[in-house]
Amino acid sequence: MIVLSDVLILAAILFCISVAGIFINRKNVIILLMCIELMLLSVNMNFIAFSHFLHDINGQVFVFFILTVAAAESAIGLAILVVLFRNRQTINVDDLDTMKG
Amino acid sequence: MFEQIIYYIFAGLLIFSASMVITVRNPVMAALFLVLSFFSSAAIWLLLEAEFLAIALVLVYVGAVMVLFLFVVMMLDVNLAPLREGFARYLPVGATVAVLMMIAMGLVVSSSYFKSDEISAPVTLGPGYSNTTELGQALYTDYLYPFEIAGAILLVAIIAAISLTTRKPRSTKAQQPALQVQVRKEDRIKIIKMDAEKQ
Repeated sequence: MIVLSDVLILAAILFCISVAGIFINRKNVIILLMCIELMLLSVNMNFIAFSHFLHDINGQVFVFFILTVAAAESAIGLAILVVLFRNRQTINVDDLDTMKG
Repeated sequence: MFEQIIYYIFAGLLIFSASMVITVRNPVMAALFLVLSFFSSAAIWLLLEAEFLAIALVLVYVGAVMVLFLFVVMMLDVNLAPLREGFARYLPVGATVAVLMMIAMGLVVSSSYFKSDEISAPVTLGPGYSNTTELGQALYTDYLYPFEIAGAILLVAIIAAISLTTRKPRSTKAQQPALQVQVRKEDRIKIIKMDAEKQ
């Protein structure tokens, strides 16, 4: 029998892995986008776990909306990436310092 | 017990593939491992009786978003060597932060504080229960307005992605009124004096 904290700890591990991924891959924009997708997946897993264990369908509705927004986000992010690569011939984060950030 | 074994198999697969996503050298392999982690989390969602969302995860994420990722990764001819430079340097920092966050979250969600063991085990719903129906009823009654906003967000995303990536069409012919107005008679007409022809 799965208990709630099993799923919560799994989602926490997934979230920590993606945070570590953002730290160690901080030059590659594509891997950064993938890490953000993993983070959203772990959040979704929390929502679904609570929805299952508290018998509340509203959690799954939120997962639906998160999936929608994440799909839109990754589509626009990849489009920006393509335009960026076309203009600068690089996706290295360190080279993208036009705005002196 | 059987459920638990399946859960742990897929949880291990999920953690393995997620850590491969952040460590492999090749972005194509990272995208494929991300697909594997989406599949295993879809299996876990099936165990948690969220059937519609599990299938939607496979269809929307693996079918659309990850294909888009692979498409972009393969289309961009990226030189990988400079992108891996900081890997060894940032690994200790990243691992430390991740372990600290894991300890903190583990302390919070483990059963001593959170009392998640006291939450009653969910009743297994019979075969007559439809997760899709339930979700649809919530979505089209209580959440109708957010649902329409989600549709608008997707529309904006489509338009934004297309308008960002299309180049200015060079081959199409279009009028340029400014140049048309500036044209003078001398630019276009040349008057030639010539003798009249005799038959």
